[in-house]
Amino acid sequence: MELNRRGLLAATPLLMTVAEAQAQGITPRRGGTLTTMLTPEPPVLQIGVNNQGPTIVIGSKMFEGLLTFSPTLEPIPVLAKSWTISPDGKEYVFRLQENVKFHDGRPMTADDVIFSVMKFHTELAPRARAIFALIDTAEAPDPHTVKFTLKQAFEPFLLMFDVSACGIVPKHLFDGLDYRTAPVVQRPVGTGPFRFAEWQRGNFVRLERFSDYWRPNQPYLDAIIYRIVPDSQSRRLAIETGQAQLTQANDIEPFDVPALRARPNLEVAVNGWEYFSPVSWIELNHRVAPLNDVRVRQALSMAVDRNFIAQRLWFGVGKPATNPVASTTKFHDRNVRIAGFDVRAANALLDAAGFRANAQGVRFTLKHLVLPYGEIWSRLAEYLRQAFRQVGVTLELESTDAGNWARRIGAWEYETSVNFVYQFGDPTLGVERTYVTSNIQRVTFTNTGGYSNPRVDELFARARSVPAAADRQAAFTDVQKILCEEVPQIWLMEMAFPTIHDRRLRNVVTTGLGVHTGFGDVFLAS
Amino acid sequence: MEAGKLPGFLARRLLKAVAVVLAIVICNFFLVHAAPGDPASVMAGQSGAADAVFMEQLRRQFGLDQPLHVQLWIYLKSVLTLDLGFSHRQQMGVAALIMERLPATLLLTGAAFAFAVVGGVTLGALAAQRVGSWADSFITILALTFYATPLFWVGLMLVLVFSVWLEWLPSFGMSSVGAGYEGWAHVWDVAQHLLLPALTLGLFYLAVYARLTRATMLEVQDQDFVKTARAKGVPEGRITRAHVLRNAMLPVITFAGIQAGQLVGGSILVETVFAWPGIGRLAFEALLARDYAVLLGVFFCTSVIVVLFNLATDLLYAIIDPRVEVG
Repeated sequence: MELNRRGLLAATPLLMTVAEAQAQGITPRRGGTLTTMLTPEPPVLQIGVNNQGPTIVIGSKMFEGLLTFSPTLEPIPVLAKSWTISPDGKEYVFRLQENVKFHDGRPMTADDVIFSVMKFHTELAPRARAIFALIDTAEAPDPHTVKFTLKQAFEPFLLMFDVSACGIVPKHLFDGLDYRTAPVVQRPVGTGPFRFAEWQRGNFVRLERFSDYWRPNQPYLDAIIYRIVPDSQSRRLAIETGQAQLTQANDIEPFDVPALRARPNLEVAVNGWEYFSPVSWIELNHRVAPLNDVRVRQALSMAVDRNFIAQRLWFGVGKPATNPVASTTKFHDRNVRIAGFDVRAANALLDAAGFRANAQGVRFTLKHLVLPYGEIWSRLAEYLRQAFRQVGVTLELESTDAGNWARRIGAWEYETSVNFVYQFGDPTLGVERTYVTSNIQRVTFTNTGGYSNPRVDELFARARSVPAAADRQAAFTDVQKILCEEVPQIWLMEMAFPTIHDRRLRNVVTTGLGVHTGFGDVFLAS
Repeated sequence: MEAGKLPGFLARRLLKAVAVVLAIVICNFFLVHAAPGDPASVMAGQSGAADAVFMEQLRRQFGLDQPLHVQLWIYLKSVLTLDLGFSHRQQMGVAALIMERLPATLLLTGAAFAFAVVGGVTLGALAAQRVGSWADSFITILALTFYATPLFWVGLMLVLVFSVWLEWLPSFGMSSVGAGYEGWAHVWDVAQHLLLPALTLGLFYLAVYARLTRATMLEVQDQDFVKTARAKGVPEGRITRAHVLRNAMLPVITFAGIQAGQLVGGSILVETVFAWPGIGRLAFEALLARDYAVLLGVFFCTSVIVVLFNLATDLLYAIIDPRVEVG
């Protein structure tokens, strides 16, 4: 019952946003079309079949999860109006909203939820597959109640029910078909406030208001148009000239943000990424000497000025990382910090480790595979080359494209690179994978660096299986201490992405998922 | 041209064309597969999460678990039945994906082509007629400037002037999405969107045609048959049109044939700067995503068009200049 109340309390942030708007003398206005952008264009718009960032941005308008999350990662009801968790942490019961319809008019029931969890996402998505494998049984005592019984307690289970992890899809349009090739993949059908209308590839996707949406009066907008604009300067121009009213995620390069901040008609938000909270790091391949030497890793980490990166490269979009767990992710311990920027100490450490500089002042040379995700990452690589030169380490930059980058990281064919992954609110969901021995695989976004420490493995395993949050915190604090000492990867920044919008557009960022929510409450003030 | 020779000529040339296209398809196939990485690794990279099962599922679905020569054989068989295959990444047939982009591409490249040929030949002819005058110098300098300026810079400057400063024209896209324009309003809307990219793409070729026309006209102007015509008292305007320009057209047509072959390929640069939904971007994005089927499909269509336009150019020679024979 206590958790049920938590569910209700958590509903307040959404109510507050409407209240806030009213306090400013603005009641939500019905009507208007929002023109925004989508970068890069996703290959398909069906979440699950594709889980790229842009697919989630647009998919979250058409699909909904059982829950979403506040900036402090408290659950907020969406398709589930309440839920209870048994004291042993093994039984989760969700009560569903009762008047929810899919865009084709069919009602959404417990069957759709069970199909989405047990079959659809488990079959398609690596992340869901790993977590939903813990479910022993899924039952529907009545059409609006779902009961999951887990094989073992799993405290972060609720975090898997956001639309970005588990959007509810219509069973009647997928069951028995190949989920990737089902006809509905081309014209997605969900329960969200907006329904798919039209997609001209390379040009735009148009979503229109779903008039049978279950929340009264919502959505306020008539339509959302996602333009496909491949050039970042053209995108900047689009928001500057008012041809678009909203940009998100990777639309605008960080170095264009200051100019847009200065425009009075635009608002720049950098919150709304708390659920994802990606932390970027210099990816080190531990199989390459001398990166297997902990002193070398510590020295390289001290050679990097994270404040410079956050302020001068990213212009305050994001902040310096203090440890492997982002400060917005649960169980981050703010008292555990990596050693700060100190070139002298870094040089002393390398001297002590026996890496003498030659006549040119070079101790050793490392190759660096530049992350091919845009201009900003090239600038970062150039900064790192300069920073490492201060400690007598030469960084040779190699450029490549996205396909080859992913292949080479997955095949361990690199010395250093830069990488980042989403943390999904909990270290077990988003941090563990990079550091545990059991996840050393020849696949991108596993523990490709090859770091291995039995004590770290044990602590992550403990945090995964104990039901009490306090016990998990103890394990995660210990793991953060060990990782900060051993520096398996050199963490750089707690990343954020600018959400830039016309000031007349209201309620854009209200949760910890920001632009990855339904936009039912978003409206254009006149 | 003797009409009797034509069918045999066409048959021989078409047979050769098929052989050329097949050779191109095979070369392209190996070229495309030589790029490091595969669609599965790209998709894993973009999804931010992957496991071995995910990679294996994708590779099996994409047919990448087959040996390369088997993949080639499967592809060749489908191409021979004019089936361009299926993009597993986008869950759509390649032919449909290309056809979806073709109208936008043809509109852009066609407009740029027409603008370049008409504008270029006119300017070239004017310059040649008034050789040495200020008009000639002006046109020559203009042509040289367009010829030497990079495309993307021209595009950005046009946007800066006409979209940002003057606010006359939209800076990207092909139409005002969601405005609901119908009929002539829609045509007008598209024309406004078309102007800047077509100018950007056309200016370089305009310069080429202008220079080519001017140079060949000057060469022809001094030949004996022109002097004869002038001695006969043929009016100067008619000499320029019927005697000089017509004879100066052959190099222009050669070049136009080459440019026309590229019509279907689109232009990656202009399409990217102006967010024009054409085939150039489709191919470029397919390359980055290692979407082999789409890339090969675009290559195939482009090579067919190039071969066909070469053939058409040869036939056109014979029409314009009766001394040229086919065969």
